[in-house]
Amino acid sequence: MKLRSTILISAAVAALTAFTAQAADTIKIAFIDPLSGPFAATGTSGYKQAQFAADMLINKKGGVIDGQMFEIVGFDNKISPKESLVQLKRAIGEGIHYIMQGNSSGVANALTDAVKKHNDRNPEDLVLFMNYSAVDPALTNEKCNFWHFRFDANANIKMNALTDVIAADDSIKKVYIIGQDYSFGKAVAAGAVKYLGEKRPDIEIVGNELHPIGKVKDFTPYATKIRASEADAIITGNWGADMVGLAKAIGDAGIDAPVYTYYAANDGITKTIGASGKDKIRLVHEGRVNPPPTDEYKAYHLAFKEKYPEADISQFRIANALVMLANAMNETKSTDPAKVAMALEGMEYTTIQGDKVVMRAEDHQLMQPISISVHTDENIVLDSDNSGYGLVTEKTISAADADIPPSGCNMERPAS
Amino acid sequence: MSEITKTASPVMARPLMKTLLPWIGFFILLLALPNIFSSNVGLYTMNLMGIFIIFALSYNMLLGQGGMLSFGHAVYFGLGGFMSVHFMNYIEDGDFTFPMYLIPIFGGLIGLVFGIIIGSFSTRRAGTVFAMISLGVGELMAASSLIFVAFFGGEEGVSGDRTTGPELAGINFGQDIHIYYLIAGWVFVTVALMYLFSRTPAGRMANAVRDNAERAEFVGYSQRKVRFVSFCASGFFAGIAGGLFALNFEIVTEENLNALTSGTVLLMAYIGGVGFFIGPIVGAVVFTLLQSILSNYTDIWQLYVGILFVLTVMYVPQGLTGIIMMHTAAWRMRQVGALVMPYLRIGIPALAMLTGIAAFLETIHHMRSSVEGDTAMSLMGIEFNSHSIVAWIVILALIVVGGYLTRSQLPQLRDAWETANKPPAQREGGGS
Amino acid sequence: MLELIFFSLLNGIVTGLLLFMLASGLTLIFSMMGVLNFAHASFYMLGAYFAYTISIYLGFWVGLIVAPILVGLMGAVVERYGLRYVHRWGHVAELIFTFGLAFLIEEVVQFIWGKDTKAYHEPEILQFPLFTFFGQNFPAYKAFMLLISIGIFIMLLLILTRSRVGLIIQAAIHKPNMTAMLGHNVPLVFMGVFGVGCALAGLAGVIAGPALGTFPGMAFVLGSIVFVIVVVGGLGSLTGAFVASLLIGLLQTFAIALDYSVNDLLQIFNISFDADSAFRDLWTLSLPQIAPILPYLLLILILIFRPTGLFGNRET
Repeated sequence: MKLRSTILISAAVAALTAFTAQAADTIKIAFIDPLSGPFAATGTSGYKQAQFAADMLINKKGGVIDGQMFEIVGFDNKISPKESLVQLKRAIGEGIHYIMQGNSSGVANALTDAVKKHNDRNPEDLVLFMNYSAVDPALTNEKCNFWHFRFDANANIKMNALTDVIAADDSIKKVYIIGQDYSFGKAVAAGAVKYLGEKRPDIEIVGNELHPIGKVKDFTPYATKIRASEADAIITGNWGADMVGLAKAIGDAGIDAPVYTYYAANDGITKTIGASGKDKIRLVHEGRVNPPPTDEYKAYHLAFKEKYPEADISQFRIANALVMLANAMNETKSTDPAKVAMALEGMEYTTIQGDKVVMRAEDHQLMQPISISVHTDENIVLDSDNSGYGLVTEKTISAADADIPPSGCNMERPAS
Repeated sequence: MSEITKTASPVMARPLMKTLLPWIGFFILLLALPNIFSSNVGLYTMNLMGIFIIFALSYNMLLGQGGMLSFGHAVYFGLGGFMSVHFMNYIEDGDFTFPMYLIPIFGGLIGLVFGIIIGSFSTRRAGTVFAMISLGVGELMAASSLIFVAFFGGEEGVSGDRTTGPELAGINFGQDIHIYYLIAGWVFVTVALMYLFSRTPAGRMANAVRDNAERAEFVGYSQRKVRFVSFCASGFFAGIAGGLFALNFEIVTEENLNALTSGTVLLMAYIGGVGFFIGPIVGAVVFTLLQSILSNYTDIWQLYVGILFVLTVMYVPQGLTGIIMMHTAAWRMRQVGALVMPYLRIGIPALAMLTGIAAFLETIHHMRSSVEGDTAMSLMGIEFNSHSIVAWIVILALIVVGGYLTRSQLPQLRDAWETANKPPAQREGGGS
Repeated sequence: MLELIFFSLLNGIVTGLLLFMLASGLTLIFSMMGVLNFAHASFYMLGAYFAYTISIYLGFWVGLIVAPILVGLMGAVVERYGLRYVHRWGHVAELIFTFGLAFLIEEVVQFIWGKDTKAYHEPEILQFPLFTFFGQNFPAYKAFMLLISIGIFIMLLLILTRSRVGLIIQAAIHKPNMTAMLGHNVPLVFMGVFGVGCALAGLAGVIAGPALGTFPGMAFVLGSIVFVIVVVGGLGSLTGAFVASLLIGLLQTFAIALDYSVNDLLQIFNISFDADSAFRDLWTLSLPQIAPILPYLLLILILIFRPTGLFGNRET
């Protein structure tokens, strides 16, 4: 009893002093992602990248507008949609107007819905949602809303690029699709079936399987099944612990079919795959690592590695999202989410990797070049997990998103 | 757990006014609270509290009043939530018209239906068999919820919008404050109903079956039927709590019916005290405060909750309410005043010791979890270096000196306690 | 198909025997004290974490020996100073105590080791494919797990049926008071069995950590499955626990391996269904999808229709 009240009182005092000291000159951005549980590695890595990007690319350059600084505040959502809404309420309660989230499209679907409801009911207290990694196509299609901006390419755009590569490989006759059982995994599977059917109708899909997300501890039975299906290639959208487990089981079972993935790198995954996946694992992603696209990016990456030797820049889009937000604030000289959102629509920006990106106004999907990279230890300048292995970009498609126009997005814009 | 009998003192003997007074006070408190804690966080916390109060009380109908230890009570809570959120969506789609504020009734009904189905086989026995079946049913439901996507929505759960449907006096429940009053209304009604249930013959027989099933059978009651009735009622109220959850958060997910939620409700009821009607209320209030306020300031709040829970189970099985109720005897004899000084004398060093222990845990946590080289930390408004020797000396001194002084004050507290609890006649003669 | 069956069988047996290491201790503790030890899987987790820390400094093999002993000692301490103290408040309090302990251990593990998955790996010398069958490897480490678990099973069986200590334990299970009258120190036997049961769980953690991952939720994942085994097998029955462990292990791997759905079944009878109906999930359910719920379904059915379990001779 007493322990609690002491902590409560003292914590309240501490929080008050801290609050009054900081409230004046910072713009807080809530980073709502899993900081504990099976996907903590991915979430905390993103949190570090966000803090680093805010520091290096915004605060060290003088902040936004008249010197206001970005402060990234972490909120642990334990990858649960419900907990995310709880954290959203907390963030709003603390006077935060900008939220960032990426891990799990399930969470993003809940958040975008909640943000929309909140903004409809509280027009004087608006919130803007920057989605840096949840790639369920629905988020910018039928579920799109004005307050949601996606800085990653959606699952269909990526699958379109990925199936180009698969289609070009004549030795592939049988494909096995495995993914996590939620909106994103389903979107990947649907995309793969659709695009493979269009590009290579002769390819047989020998397995199309969904497993519970974050709950499978031993992927051996799945690997056995994949092996027994005699697939020539595997497509998976798995990420976090699910990718680590799947990669380990595939390696242990001695399956040497190529694996086409979305997220099989960094956060311990590259290290787990190691030599067993060399030249076998391919990744579709935005941003490039090897060869480093620009000197500026290389310096940024190395500075990050110096501060966080154990982490990697696995989600460069986080930096893009923050800089674009800062640019929108500078442009409008305002931190009002409504004005900032208007400025973000159609905004063009050249990333420090030298890529030109545009925020498509119709559906708030960022248009950006997509790369296909291979997991290898040759020609690696910037490795992942300090393992000597890393990603070398084989192919970059500059307008993969042009083929995939927005569909079914009826955005209600606030009257202004 | 004989304490229950204390709360079960005959109602009829008391004057009506005295019976109604706590309820009037409760009503006024519910009305007044949002004026005191009007911030967003305050409202959010109180809304959650209200939901958990109903949920914990419904749980105590099983554990405290019926002697059934359930590890799967979240099933009825979760199903109530899912049912309600589906009805919210039907209302939004215009499939039928129904006032949104009565939605929790649907939650309660499905809780009741599942209570009848599951209770029909699980209440045959109490004790470990009941606990195991409840665990099995809980896990089964949680696992099924990820499979039957049409009803449970899979990982994402089901979302709804509470602002549609016929309004009540122009209020569409968009704001948290409206939802607060809605929840408060439901809390008042359901708490009263649950209290009345514990006064009905069914409620009384539940106590009897809990204490001695064999004797209850001799009186002519089937223990199974008695348990079954409590079980169904408990499912009904848990479902209502689930419905309120759906209204408040506008989303219901698999977590609402998984083992974690079942564990949470057990924790709340037990910390509060299962032997008293108001025990779970106290537990729900304390737990929600810990969860929503303490978690803002420390990452390791669950560690504190865990320690608190285990200590409660080991040393204070009657819960926090039990500690308060221990003072009723002294209160009646107007001797509580005599305990204030002894409490202060032991409280201050004990506080120092607990502060020291908390600071110890926090500092270690900071050393382990912060970035390399970041040694500055702040605790209770004090900024210090977590790697400095001075900090460690202060922390250790707090623990050791506080611990020693606490120990040295124990005898005087024990004496004072005995004095305060002695009948007046004896006190004049004896006492030290 | 043959390789699928062969490997599923092997994997199922590995999983099953691993589960048995947990279940054997739990069933003994359960039948002796009547306490369902919710924290049993937490000791399994502690085993993995201790072994992880030891393996950093002294290597995997030292961890294999030392970690279970440490966990066993902790178990004994918990019995002596926790459970025995709480016993005075009755059975329900004991249950709740172990439940709280499980909660607390998870928090303490997170406090000490952090919330992320630990890089606890199998030793280098076991990182090779033992044999290849139809082009699929069977890792040597799995064989090692198999070997250890079989060894433990035989050892337990011998101790319980052939040694004096085993006789006393069996006596203490069935008639604790009578055993005490005969001059045996029953509380000590309880403490010893609790400690050894926890050590077994710890050992399971040590060898499962590298294969299934070492993370704070690992106890929770396995915990309820182990209860299922103990109840399905029958209380106090080691044979029952063994059979149930294998049953659950095989059930889980085969359910994933075999892709049959209700739809296939319906098609045999030429029944089709409406793809948009509210019950669509029911018709499209496939065996891999319902794999997670099968053990619990089994548990409930057993509790309703045969509360003594498959091999037990008394009710809970």
